Amino acid sequence: MPTESRTELAKPPAARTATTDEVAGLDALELGPASKEGRAARLGRRVWDSLWPKLLAVALVIAGWQIVYLTEWKPPFALPDPLTVFADMGELIPTAEFARAIGITMQRAVIGFLIAVVIGTLIGAAVARFRPLRAAIGSLITGLQTMPSIIWFPFAILLFQISETTIMFVVIIGATPSIANGLISGIDYVPRVWLRVGKVLGMRGLNLYRFLILPASLPSFVSGLKQGWAFAWRSLMAGELLVIVAGQGSIGVLMQGAREFNNAPRLLSWIIVVLVIGILVDIAFNAFDNALRRRWGLTQS
Amino acid sequence: MSLVDQTAVGTDGRHTDVAVRLDGVSKAYGRGRSALLALDRVSLDVRRGEFVCLLGASGCGKSTLLSLVAGLDAASGGSIDTGGHRVSLMFQEPALFPWLTVAKNVEIAMRLRGVGRDERRRRAEELLETVRLSGFARKRPHELSGGMRQRVALARALAQDADVLLMDEPFGALDAMTRDILHDELERIWRERSLTVLFVTHNVREAVRLGDRVILLSSRPGRIIEDFPVDQPRPRRIDSAEVAELAATITDRLRTEVSRHAH
Repeated sequence: MPTESRTELAKPPAARTATTDEVAGLDALELGPASKEGRAARLGRRVWDSLWPKLLAVALVIAGWQIVYLTEWKPPFALPDPLTVFADMGELIPTAEFARAIGITMQRAVIGFLIAVVIGTLIGAAVARFRPLRAAIGSLITGLQTMPSIIWFPFAILLFQISETTIMFVVIIGATPSIANGLISGIDYVPRVWLRVGKVLGMRGLNLYRFLILPASLPSFVSGLKQGWAFAWRSLMAGELLVIVAGQGSIGVLMQGAREFNNAPRLLSWIIVVLVIGILVDIAFNAFDNALRRRWGLTQS
Repeated sequence: MSLVDQTAVGTDGRHTDVAVRLDGVSKAYGRGRSALLALDRVSLDVRRGEFVCLLGASGCGKSTLLSLVAGLDAASGGSIDTGGHRVSLMFQEPALFPWLTVAKNVEIAMRLRGVGRDERRRRAEELLETVRLSGFARKRPHELSGGMRQRVALARALAQDADVLLMDEPFGALDAMTRDILHDELERIWRERSLTVLFVTHNVREAVRLGDRVILLSSRPGRIIEDFPVDQPRPRRIDSAEVAELAATITDRLRTEVSRHAH
């Protein structure tokens, strides 16, 4: 039989190989039809689709507030109606005091968060890399993460007195564990097959981190950052209300002032401002997270 | 059909045209009484430019064997000689990196070896053309179909300048039509680039369609039980009568082996 088949080599049998068209045709079929809708139209619809439920929710909250106000559950000086508060906000926002307060508070938030990012990343990388370290402080980090950071203030005041450092200390201690944990779990859950591919491609030591482990842990790291920001922001608000640093008219200081003057509209204005800042930062994080997920193909659509 | 191929398993002395030589390779997992012997004294010569298919049921250690040859894992006994050939390994999953474009996924193999940027770009383009994905260099892996991703993985393996290609059920997750076409493509590239291929599969027809030889492994522990030369002209069709006939013979042998484990 072997000799027979050798002679057959001269005249090819019925077999045939794939043509360029076959390969390209199958590829095109498997990829499915491209969307005909324009880019701008798609973006417009996406924005509207995500916007209207939020507008509806805001309308419902304001309506509910107005109803509670009308029932006279609390005297108007304690619970003003929405219009009074919006009018007060209109007065507050153009003032230099407002801009300064936002500036001071956001500066603290950003600096504290960035320091937490640096510390959290270093701790996370070290814990993920060295096994004994993980055994020693891995669960400690998770424990810290569950702690309400306000619990640190009395101690921080003893350490640093009433100062900027006190507030920063608590902001950093609040945000760092989440950031470290995000990186640790990102590194832990790099798919095994990627690690094998990395090894086949010749990645060792630092290259393995640079080209594989760090990029692969990015989505988890970003979730850690987002959570870390939330903790930093909460700790900061608690700190500003507790630790009044002389000469620093931050959001917390101005709120305490408004409370002392029984200025309920002003208090509610600040609450709304803090809510809006929270929402804006969340939108920014989500935009980044979604862009990442789309690039990676982790979402459908 | 002769079942003993003179140039195949465990031949005399050292051949210069041997790309991969396994000599009494064993692999055990665990220690002591609970140790599991995955491979038991496997000896095999793969000639340069040869296409060898490793076939076996579950637990025959075929994937283990490839890991050993690729150097991902160390053998417990015996020796593996790849004679200075560059070896690359492909898996059932394409395992492309989602944060890189298709072209960058191919380039990364070269980047790690310090190939310059322009050179990398030029060669990635060339390799994508080889796997017929020229227009997709800037796409992300998730924008491609399974078959296309596997071709990118092939291009990435070729970018390592490997002349020995180890493939661990690379088409196992693909539908039949795509798999057929990829068989043709792989055969073409194997021939164009004079590659040596060690191809693991549990699909008997696939093995006969592609291999110069089909090596049958037993399960638990993995041992070579038979070496079938495939003396059929290429290109073959997976649904041809000749392929089916040899596949039936091999399947019978495989079933006998599998039923040994019933008790």
